[in-house]
Amino acid sequence: MPKKYHLDPKPAPARFVTPGPFGIIEGDGCLNCANCVKKNCVYSVFRKRKFDAHQLCDTADSLCKNCFRCVQGCYGRILSKSANPEFWSLGDDYWTPEIIASNQGQAETGKIPVSGGGYGGPFAGPGFDGMWTDMSEIVRPTRDGIHGREYISTSVELGRVLKPVPFHFQTESSPDPSLKLSPQWGEFTDMDSSPRVEISIPIIFDLLPFHSFTSSVRLALAQAARETNTLMVIRAEDMEEDLWPLASHLVPLLPSGPLPSLTPMITRVRMVQVSFTSTAEVGERVKEIKKINPGVVVAVRLILDPHSEENVVGLEGAGIEVLHLLADERGREAQTSSPRFIKDLIRSIHLRLVKEGKRDGLSLIFGGGIAMAEHVAKAIICGADAVSIEIPLLLSWECRLCGKCGRGMGCPVEVEKIDPDWGRQRITNLIAAWHGQLLEVLGAMGLRDIRRLRGEVGRAIFLEEIEKETFSQIFGEPVKKSALGEEIIHVLAS
Amino acid sequence: MSWPPEIRRTPSRFRNPIGKYKIYRGPACIHCGQCADLCPMGVHRRLGKKMLAPKDELCLGPSCASKEFYCIDRCPQAALRMVLNPNLQALKDYRWPADLLLSTWRQSETGGVPYADLEYRMGRSGGGFDRIRLRLPAQGDISSSLSEKEEEVSTAIVLNRRSDGRPQVRIGVPFYGGGMSFGSVSINTMLSRAKAAEAWDTFTCTGEGGYPEPLRRYDDHMITQVATGLFGVREETIQRVRLVEFKYAQGAKPGLGGHLLGDKVTAAVARMREAVAGSSLFSPFPFHSVYSVEDHKKHIDWIKEVNTRCLVAVKVSTPTDVDMVAVGSYYAGAHIIHLDGSYGGTGAAPDIAKKNIAMPIEYAIPKVHRFLLAEGIRDQVTLIASGGIRNAYDIAKVIALGADGVVVGTADMVALECIRCRNCESGQGCPRGIATTDSELSKLVDVEWGSQRIINLYAAWRKQLVALMQLWGLKNIGELVGRTDLLMHLDYQPGDFRDDDIRPFLLRGNGQRGF
Repeated sequence: MPKKYHLDPKPAPARFVTPGPFGIIEGDGCLNCANCVKKNCVYSVFRKRKFDAHQLCDTADSLCKNCFRCVQGCYGRILSKSANPEFWSLGDDYWTPEIIASNQGQAETGKIPVSGGGYGGPFAGPGFDGMWTDMSEIVRPTRDGIHGREYISTSVELGRVLKPVPFHFQTESSPDPSLKLSPQWGEFTDMDSSPRVEISIPIIFDLLPFHSFTSSVRLALAQAARETNTLMVIRAEDMEEDLWPLASHLVPLLPSGPLPSLTPMITRVRMVQVSFTSTAEVGERVKEIKKINPGVVVAVRLILDPHSEENVVGLEGAGIEVLHLLADERGREAQTSSPRFIKDLIRSIHLRLVKEGKRDGLSLIFGGGIAMAEHVAKAIICGADAVSIEIPLLLSWECRLCGKCGRGMGCPVEVEKIDPDWGRQRITNLIAAWHGQLLEVLGAMGLRDIRRLRGEVGRAIFLEEIEKETFSQIFGEPVKKSALGEEIIHVLAS
Repeated sequence: MSWPPEIRRTPSRFRNPIGKYKIYRGPACIHCGQCADLCPMGVHRRLGKKMLAPKDELCLGPSCASKEFYCIDRCPQAALRMVLNPNLQALKDYRWPADLLLSTWRQSETGGVPYADLEYRMGRSGGGFDRIRLRLPAQGDISSSLSEKEEEVSTAIVLNRRSDGRPQVRIGVPFYGGGMSFGSVSINTMLSRAKAAEAWDTFTCTGEGGYPEPLRRYDDHMITQVATGLFGVREETIQRVRLVEFKYAQGAKPGLGGHLLGDKVTAAVARMREAVAGSSLFSPFPFHSVYSVEDHKKHIDWIKEVNTRCLVAVKVSTPTDVDMVAVGSYYAGAHIIHLDGSYGGTGAAPDIAKKNIAMPIEYAIPKVHRFLLAEGIRDQVTLIASGGIRNAYDIAKVIALGADGVVVGTADMVALECIRCRNCESGQGCPRGIATTDSELSKLVDVEWGSQRIINLYAAWRKQLVALMQLWGLKNIGELVGRTDLLMHLDYQPGDFRDDDIRPFLLRGNGQRGF
């Protein structure tokens, strides 16, 4: 059994006042009565509230838990609640305000988001919201990994799956024929020496989007990669001196051009990335890199588009060990007017490789649109070995996805000024919370190893399939565009 | 005790109840009292020479504009203004949108259907129950020629259909209360539910937190829950009831045991659970003594041995092979198979579990129903569904999809004025005094008030179910089981959709009360 994976989340308070979803509005006409609801707030919001002079805002809206006791109790009826536009205008329809707030909360506490009162969200939705993970019951037992009663591993290895070890007995030279089955007298031949990199959680950190950040930001991220035992993709030119001690957790993205100047870096790290140009070119490039360091895993970075499936098959044939396949930040494929979602791209690429008997030839890391812990589990069910994240890393540092940095404006939450130690802790907290959630899902499914989840679509429930299996039998053919988007109709019609 | 129980008007316990609309009285008001004389709903009241603050939760809203008593138009000073209550923006829940909360509160207050334009039939989750509609005959032609008289329609169901010599146990309404433990909710909340269950001749469940002494007088209407942590389960708590429930899983957190966070474990709760005050209590998962259907049978046999007259319910979540689980449970000897979907729950649950683990209940019900039919054992199983059953329409949909009845939990809480703020799990629990163990907060719910609110809500539901059955020409709720032809799904049916609101039918001939 692998060494137990343990992260050490510690509270890392936000530097800025986080907007709350609902604001408290106070009207005129206070009676100054003795029974003031503000004094009796169960959560002491009115006692704890402060005015933040830097951001010019009141903290009451962030502290309020929306219980309505004050609204419903005020003698003068002067209090009311309302949606806080500052909160609801965060992000977009993919990176919703709820997702942003949830990730920020996890980065702050390192705890799994827990709430009471059942599920109040939409029935289903497009993308990852069109599938549910399965669970086990009575006829298949679950695993109790949450409270440490059973260990659940989230480790994955990136690289080629090792071939079975052929074994030749040296019957002739064995001094005692009765011992001929003892491996002591045999020798391993033709052992597969392909390098592999093991990470403790199937999530790697990708290049940060929007903006090129400062070295202290990269240092925070690299330290978090070491602490959580995973990898961080970084542009080779950003590999500054202070990052070299962390090299075994860094994956430099090598520029095109001559390799010799990069030799020290290639010999120092466990994995490098090269961008896809053509299969032949990339194949050559990988061979050159392997000449410098045969022990390095070379990943090919590839944008997902309608040709990726063919390219993946070709790259497998060219001996590529790891592919890092990227959709855009909302999980869509490029170069097409009707982009598929990453969930479906993963499924089709995974299944294609399985069909051709080539799936074990390489590891697949998918990125783009991975916004929550549940997306990690769902991507793996669809066939990924691991995923990469980028925006959630920024969210951990209180980023509000305003996009100002990309337009050359100042960052309202000053990401470039973070203290590396605080930044590292926030990322570690986020990964700790996501890890805990993966354990919830795996435990419920009765799995003790995340590697067993890969491609296990039997442990998932897909909206379009279950609609067909149950509702189509009752209600007939779907005839109207669903409130859930075109997905149902699209799939059922095909 | 007479059945059905009496409805008594039971208004909100808060000073300022929440209405859909807000009436503002401007400074131009001369306190003439004209609006108070006009409004039949009682929105405006005058005390002495002064107008009181409007009771806007009673206001009919813009639909009143056509009436001769419309205060906004009739005010001689034009001092009144009506707006949509801005507070509703802060009640953002897809399954329980503001309208559904308000209409459930309204039903709990009056025992009747809500007035005016409140959407009382569904939420806005965009799928499942919220896209399914009831197929009703045109209501205009039928009111005169109803084949079934209201008194002759039966909503009762039988819980034991195995003919194994154990009592049949009939409940008056096709629903009973789901498990909510002492610790997750207050004793007053439990007593309110138990009292309402007794009044309607149905059941409510202890949950996994022991059997507090004050519930003893409701023994015949309590279900003792045996769950993975076995908190507070004793031989005598199993022996004193007519129905014992095994909780294998719960829909809110499938694959996980119960969570009771430390702050809610007060001395009383700890005593009941034989645990230490202040320490978080996590039930294990699964039953570590059950790893097969044979082990499961051993469990059921154990209960049947301890209590020779009780029925056994098995509560499970909804994995993909939920149909196999149901069959296995039947062969192990269960009387009731209780499928718990993922929208309900009052306790703490990880968000990832609530949203993503297991199959929505809407799919699980027809799947299990059909499988049990194919196995030829459907008529020996009582199939119960739960997890987000919010109103009478959900109940009708669940039964038409193939269940015999439902279990409700959250709706009971909403009757007690839960506002779905989702803070049940943290600190001392519910700020509104429902799901809490704090001695001060618990006092916010009075048992008389609470039980009457739940009684009223059940009365309103039964009224709607009876009306639906009359419209469909059904005498017995059992005839509705599996009648998917009485349902339609907006994503599947062609155009001609007839509104399934039964308010016009229910309120026919009621004159002014028909709002």
